[in-house]
Amino acid sequence: MASPESAVNGPTMTAGAASKSLRNAFGGVIAFIILVLIGVLAFSIRLFSVIKYESVIHEFDPYFNYRVTQFLSKNGIYDFWNWFDDRTWYPLGRVIGGTVYPGLTLTAGTIWKVVNSLNIPLSVETVCVFTAPIFSAFASWAAYLLTKEVKGPGAGLTAAALLAMVPSYISRSVAGSYDNEAVAIFALVFTFYLYIKTLNTGSLFYATLNALAYFYMVCSWGGYTFIINLIPMHVLLCIVTGRYSSRLYIAYAPLVVLGTLLASLVPVVGFNAVLTSEHFASFLVFIIIHVVALAYYIKGILSPKMFKVAVTLVVSAGLAVCCAVIAILIAVVASSPTKGWSGRSLTLLDPTYASKYIPIIASVSEHQPPTWPSYFMDINVLAFLVPAGIIACFMPLTDSSSFVILYIVTSVYFSGVMVRLMLVLAPAACILSGIALSEAFNVLTRSIKFQLPGIAGNPSIAVRMWCIMSTSKENGSSTVVAPNDIPKTEEAAKEKPAKKNRKKEKENVEKKPTPSKTEKRLLVLPLEASVIAVLLLVLLGAFYVVHCVWAAAEAYSAPSIVLTSHSNDGGLHVFDDFREAYSWLSHNTDVDDKVASWWDYGYQTTAMANRTVLVDNNTWNNTHIATVGTAMSSPEKQAWEIFHSLDVKYVLVVFGGVVGYPSDDINKFLWMVRIGGGVFPHIKEPDYLRDGQYRIDAQATPTMLNCLMYKLSYFRFVETDGKGFDRVRRTEIGKKHFKLTHFEEVFTTHHWMVRIYKLKPQRNRIRGKTKKSKSSRSVSSKRDVRGKRNPWH
Amino acid sequence: MGRSSTVKETQALFQSLRSAYAATPNNLKIIDVFVGFAVLTAIIQVVYMAVVGSFPFNSFLSGVLSCIGTAVLAVCLRIQVNKDNKEFKDVAPERAFADFILCNLVLHLVIMNFMG
Repeated sequence: MASPESAVNGPTMTAGAASKSLRNAFGGVIAFIILVLIGVLAFSIRLFSVIKYESVIHEFDPYFNYRVTQFLSKNGIYDFWNWFDDRTWYPLGRVIGGTVYPGLTLTAGTIWKVVNSLNIPLSVETVCVFTAPIFSAFASWAAYLLTKEVKGPGAGLTAAALLAMVPSYISRSVAGSYDNEAVAIFALVFTFYLYIKTLNTGSLFYATLNALAYFYMVCSWGGYTFIINLIPMHVLLCIVTGRYSSRLYIAYAPLVVLGTLLASLVPVVGFNAVLTSEHFASFLVFIIIHVVALAYYIKGILSPKMFKVAVTLVVSAGLAVCCAVIAILIAVVASSPTKGWSGRSLTLLDPTYASKYIPIIASVSEHQPPTWPSYFMDINVLAFLVPAGIIACFMPLTDSSSFVILYIVTSVYFSGVMVRLMLVLAPAACILSGIALSEAFNVLTRSIKFQLPGIAGNPSIAVRMWCIMSTSKENGSSTVVAPNDIPKTEEAAKEKPAKKNRKKEKENVEKKPTPSKTEKRLLVLPLEASVIAVLLLVLLGAFYVVHCVWAAAEAYSAPSIVLTSHSNDGGLHVFDDFREAYSWLSHNTDVDDKVASWWDYGYQTTAMANRTVLVDNNTWNNTHIATVGTAMSSPEKQAWEIFHSLDVKYVLVVFGGVVGYPSDDINKFLWMVRIGGGVFPHIKEPDYLRDGQYRIDAQATPTMLNCLMYKLSYFRFVETDGKGFDRVRRTEIGKKHFKLTHFEEVFTTHHWMVRIYKLKPQRNRIRGKTKKSKSSRSVSSKRDVRGKRNPWH
Repeated sequence: MGRSSTVKETQALFQSLRSAYAATPNNLKIIDVFVGFAVLTAIIQVVYMAVVGSFPFNSFLSGVLSCIGTAVLAVCLRIQVNKDNKEFKDVAPERAFADFILCNLVLHLVIMNFMG
């Protein structure tokens, strides 16, 4: 169709082609500058906590990662792999080399080593604090690459800009939040990008890179099971919808083999990579894709009649074999009580599982289902741009856009199960919103360009909007395209639409049945409406940016190891009680003293106070935690005996009643009772509740008023204000004046937030034989009366 | 009688399969022989494991997966080198072979590490 004009256009074509390549280069430079700015934005929006507080590690889990990184930097990698930690889970210890996901610590350790070898003296703490912002910049760039593969560079830039700022990702990757997700989200998006790239190009080189990126993801986070289940699901979807191609085979089969091997290399995964149900989907689809590939191959080399014969033969014989194999598999899987799934995976599939069987998983606040407002808080405007993106992915539906749709659907389901998994939803939402916004801008700017009156003066732009067919078949009756523009259609005909958004326009235009002026106008919106729509979209983006910056500054930058509040005259009051307590512990106790506290504070105690703890945030041993919970729920004497049997010297409780800190141990106490009661049946939750209500005032049950947690929290509390008014529970406490018989208070912090007690040593003499026999008789009679035996007597 | 027709049909099927396969070029046939060899080695290893027991499991896993991995990679090479595949027209066979070598290098590096 271009041939009649080609003879006319020789001289003008080279000029047009040169300007086109200049425009392409210019566009490339602009895209590069935008990407650099997006990286800077992603890094700097996460620095609010450093500016407002200080460069400190936040929360609880990052302290463990920091301690491990310190060990790695001091002792090297061989000692790190073989490290057995005896400072935690006393007396059991913990094999750190085999139970930690090493990706984050190895990454930060490598950065520290490289930077120090260049003679830049950064401390380990600085590197740890700033790892997350750096990798969030990388994650934005990976999102650009992924979306570029799906839709084009315009959508890629939008998606990258959205991901740099989305509050859900900021919440887990501020400067100081040194946790697995900081590098894992980058690894996730990068792995998906390489998978899509392999799918689009069919190159084995990218398949190798894909497997290596998957390996990095397995090293970094337990959420790698999401990848190894999502990709087989997508392959199955492609096969079922008739989109099987040899590129799909190249994208999937090497990934399964290499990926399984690489995953088994990581000690924490080990043989789970082939034995647990989380990975069976990948093996099943591996077999299926081989069957399908073989079927297509045979179909290719046989005649159709012979192929039918082959199909009937295979179906009859193969069905029997299939049934046998499936029966064996079901028998193997059903023989394990959890059907081969781990507890954490089961809570994702059945949201009610944890509350029934594993109270520890149910008690973590980030494992609760999210509320509707948290969606708007965490992904804001993207929440209603995502459906538009899904529709844009269907026009046209390619392998890569079907993958993105599957990704968003599964991540929406999982984010509905646990608040913590909103983080997996964030990249998907950004990608789809980027696609939606980019498509919207395409249509609107095309409408504007199409209808601007001065457009004839800029012919090469006008040309790209027109389909070759329409302008060649129709003669210039349209007022917009001047007759001297027709020769320029050459370039549009000759140019291969390299950039995908240009291809989008061409496709839209090609869909028109007959090229006529009025039908072209139908695809275009009125000029004023387009201008207003563009302005409104920019305003929407502005609202999003304002919300993200506000969320980053106010909501997600608190280090939670340091608390602040504003006093009446506008000044800032800082509560540094936690670090005060830990430094007291490290200066005033022996190195080998054991400290008992609830598991929340385990990581911080080992990292900052450098003392051995009984239980920490890893929560791998439910019975040990239940022992501590039982001790906290028992009266003083029994609690003393439990702690004494575990060699504990100090007990630490967190108490917020004086300043109104709501996350203290009295508020967590019911979980201690439940977890303790789950293992030791003599602790019964209704004993601590009055009429089903949890109270600590005068109406509380005697069991509650006599338990260790109550006594350690409220000892001498009445001395603060004379009445014992608890600011968190908003009542006066029940038992105000009491003495401790088996513990003595050794330290209370400035705002009474952390209280440390020491176990009193055993008495040397028991006074009077009669008293002892009387007490033993009364104890034995009590034992006969009570149905359940207390194992600590 | 139905059975004899089925037998005849299957014979005709195998005949047509054999004749169609004989038409493939020689280099592809070499790759197919290599794939068959790799799968056979994997099956031998599985049978051995069934007889002797699976300790040490990492050695068994690395052995079997290395065979299956080379088979899969050889199939990928065959796909890319096959002249009838229109999708891979512009990929030079040398490039496909270089990718194959690279992937095999990574695979065997991992295998050596994992074998123990």
